[in-house]
Amino acid sequence: MTNVLELRGITKRFPGVLANDKVDITLREGKILALLGENGAGKSTLMNILYGLYKPDEGQIFVRGQAVDILGPNDAIAQGIGMVHQHFMLVPVMTVTENVMLGIEPVKNGVFLDKEKVSNRIREISDQYGLEVDPNAYIRDLPVGIQQRVEIIKVLYRQADILILDEPTAVLTPQEVDGLFKIIDTLIKSGKSLIFITHKLKEVLAVADDITVLRLGKTVGSIDPKEATTDTLATMMVGRDVNLVVEKSPAKPGEPVLEVNDLFVRDERQQTTVQGISFEVRKGEVLGIAGVQGNGQTELVYALTGLLPLDTGTIQLTGKPLSHNSPREILERGVAHIPEDRQRHGLILSFPIHDNMVLCTYYKKPFANGISMQEKAIFSKSEELVKQYDVRTPNIYVNAGTLSGGNQQKVIIAREFSRPIELLIASQPTRGLDVGSIEYIHSQIIKKRDEGSGVLLVSSELDEILALSDRIAVMYKGQIMAVVDAASATKEQLGLLMAGVHPSESKNKK
Amino acid sequence: MKISNREISSETEKRQRISFGVTLLVVGLLIYLIFGLNTQANALATFGLNLSGSQALKVPDLVVPSLAGVYAMAILAVFAGAYQLARGVRATGWLIGIIAFTFVVAFLLWAVQDKSFSLTGMLSSTVVRATPIVLAALCGVISERSAVINIGIEGIMLMAAQTAVITATVSGNLYVGLFFAIVMGGLVAALHAYLVIRFKVDQTVSSVAINIFGAGATAFISSRFMQRAGDMLNNSGTFPIISIPVLSKIPVLGPVLFENNLIVYLTIVLVIAMHILLYYTPWGLRTRAVGEHPKAADTLGINVYLMRYVNVILGGMIAGLGGAYFTIGSVGRFDEAMTAGKGFIGLAAMIFGNWNPIGAYTSSLIFGFADSLQVKLQILRIPIPSEFLLMAPYIVTMIILTGVVGRAVPPAADGQPYEK
Repeated sequence: MTNVLELRGITKRFPGVLANDKVDITLREGKILALLGENGAGKSTLMNILYGLYKPDEGQIFVRGQAVDILGPNDAIAQGIGMVHQHFMLVPVMTVTENVMLGIEPVKNGVFLDKEKVSNRIREISDQYGLEVDPNAYIRDLPVGIQQRVEIIKVLYRQADILILDEPTAVLTPQEVDGLFKIIDTLIKSGKSLIFITHKLKEVLAVADDITVLRLGKTVGSIDPKEATTDTLATMMVGRDVNLVVEKSPAKPGEPVLEVNDLFVRDERQQTTVQGISFEVRKGEVLGIAGVQGNGQTELVYALTGLLPLDTGTIQLTGKPLSHNSPREILERGVAHIPEDRQRHGLILSFPIHDNMVLCTYYKKPFANGISMQEKAIFSKSEELVKQYDVRTPNIYVNAGTLSGGNQQKVIIAREFSRPIELLIASQPTRGLDVGSIEYIHSQIIKKRDEGSGVLLVSSELDEILALSDRIAVMYKGQIMAVVDAASATKEQLGLLMAGVHPSESKNKK
Repeated sequence: MKISNREISSETEKRQRISFGVTLLVVGLLIYLIFGLNTQANALATFGLNLSGSQALKVPDLVVPSLAGVYAMAILAVFAGAYQLARGVRATGWLIGIIAFTFVVAFLLWAVQDKSFSLTGMLSSTVVRATPIVLAALCGVISERSAVINIGIEGIMLMAAQTAVITATVSGNLYVGLFFAIVMGGLVAALHAYLVIRFKVDQTVSSVAINIFGAGATAFISSRFMQRAGDMLNNSGTFPIISIPVLSKIPVLGPVLFENNLIVYLTIVLVIAMHILLYYTPWGLRTRAVGEHPKAADTLGINVYLMRYVNVILGGMIAGLGGAYFTIGSVGRFDEAMTAGKGFIGLAAMIFGNWNPIGAYTSSLIFGFADSLQVKLQILRIPIPSEFLLMAPYIVTMIILTGVVGRAVPPAADGQPYEK
């Protein structure tokens, strides 16, 4: 067994940060190496060095035993290294063929693009690896899972045999993840070697042959997946024992906080994506909304928080109607919102932390006095919140955009929880966050529940739904398939509901 | 009670169908009310198809009974509207075309009644007047496709126009003038590129500075040197009309397209060449990728900065050619501020043409048409102040730009500096 790729002693400094500190990794031929680490552990930096996007300050890269210099993506491609980026590097207004050929375009008659040749080659690659895709489709029309296939085809088209997959499952639905794992399997069988970057522990145990864990820019160690458990991996990643199971006492549901009755909502493109939904959330309970992304959850949350108008139906908050109110009126009635897209709807990235902390209350005393802002009050409140919610930041004056994802989310939670609330609407609260932050945010959500708030949790992560919810509603194509008791719910049952099949129906079919 | 997405999209389609149908009916009615009722019953409209001094074969002039023609247009619009309401056609471009065509033709029939109007002359001057506009638009297209905004085209054209006439007069050779105009355009654009790519200066600010500098510098040179020296610096002559053999003999089409000077021909060639380059060659694919998603291009080993430099400088050279048109291509001397906003109109043509060379040319022709129509109508002395005539096409353009034709979509990364 030979090593196709070795990184030895890679060090990379950015101003003020040591992103990689003498990192060593080894990839065996025809194997999957999982590179595990929290956000900010230096995984992406390391891979960008390998792909030639950054230049290492120290260290060497060996490809098939030969020391090589990789000064740019072209060098990496020449060495047979291909990268599937976490944020897809695809041009939405171009076709699959154009995206694949970009940079190494074959020409006919000396000048004209030979698209025919490329689309034929794409079809060959599709057949060989089971990556079905229409070469003439435009990227913007393709679902995320297919876009990822295009990224993989791009790499294979360049005849890479070392593939780097950077957080490939972060944007995928559970079904798409299964599809990806099948593709990975085919790739390995045809002799490719893979580096799989992730922070999701279960996936690592499911696919990896070797695991290397990074923490704070250093290699913590390598471990055989057969000997590893999610707990040991989590401990290696975070550097302390992590509690992966959310501890919570049984819910003590009280009065209904939120009552939704026969709600219809149209999205920005005038498509009715919420089609007649009714449910209620009680005080002191977590209602989880499960479902594959894009089944109307986003629009439901937008309607509840006043970001989209509702077509028909009623919404009642603590017994009083809340239908055509502005977002501010809704917030003032005690609704806290942790939005799905924290960078777009949760924070103003170019504002300092202290301003983000008072976005919901800046116009009220003590933060404002008439038309003048009371900076002292804002600063002291922000300092207090940063301490209370453990936001890791040099000070409260830096822009929110400079924080890591987990700390950004903590700022949002600090802001939303700093005022009295009746209902918490948390949409994908831990998407893209590291284990440590997830643990913290989960505990905060349960704490709010125990204080007597109603919680509406929307998540496409089944594990999260199961861990936090007291009752679970499954959404499919804008409707609620069923509401089940979390204690008795199983993943299989929820998975079927998410795919639009009632468990009783599937039994009848048998 | 389920409403499927298909039903809803057909709902919006239906609304659009009705609105287009009603618009056509209204246009038909307006044609009748405005022109039909004001046209004399037996008036004839004569449209001259021959151009004096042209090599084209002579054809008889087009003589149309005005009233019948106006009615025909009204009926065409009403018929199209009724068909649209009943059946629904999706080709919005065609519908807008019918609206514009019927209205403009009816307008002409009314305006020309009992008079004679040189149609060929108007079309010929449309092509000529569109030339500097389309060159400005092409400069915009090529720069913005690689995501660099350049609204300094006006300034570049002014400087190139002056450079052209001075170098051509001094050397006594128009080609020398043309060469230096193009070099001048390239140099100014290179400065813009250097500022916005290397130093990430705001692209709008940098190009506004170029406009101000261009206006100031040319005015200074003009009043300080050119007016004193007079014919020594500012009398170059212009490129002669070249008649293309055989093709120029075609009636109407010949004088319009094949009896022009070098710069007009170069422009038409450039439009076609740029379209092919942009959509059928690796260079074009890379340019568009750099303008849409520079990071994606970078990860595939494409040098984003280099692509941008090359495109902006090429664009500047095209604008330089446009500048040369004003002096050595048209009047043979330089006057202050002679570009008269054509650089900006070119940018409007670029947007209207959806950042695409052929589209930019088509919309430049609309502006050129408006421009020449207004001149010709002033000669006819029709009872509408010419200022209003001048306004109409711009108003139509603004209506179209507001999204009736579908909104124009700029390159996604347009105007954003690229950070590795």
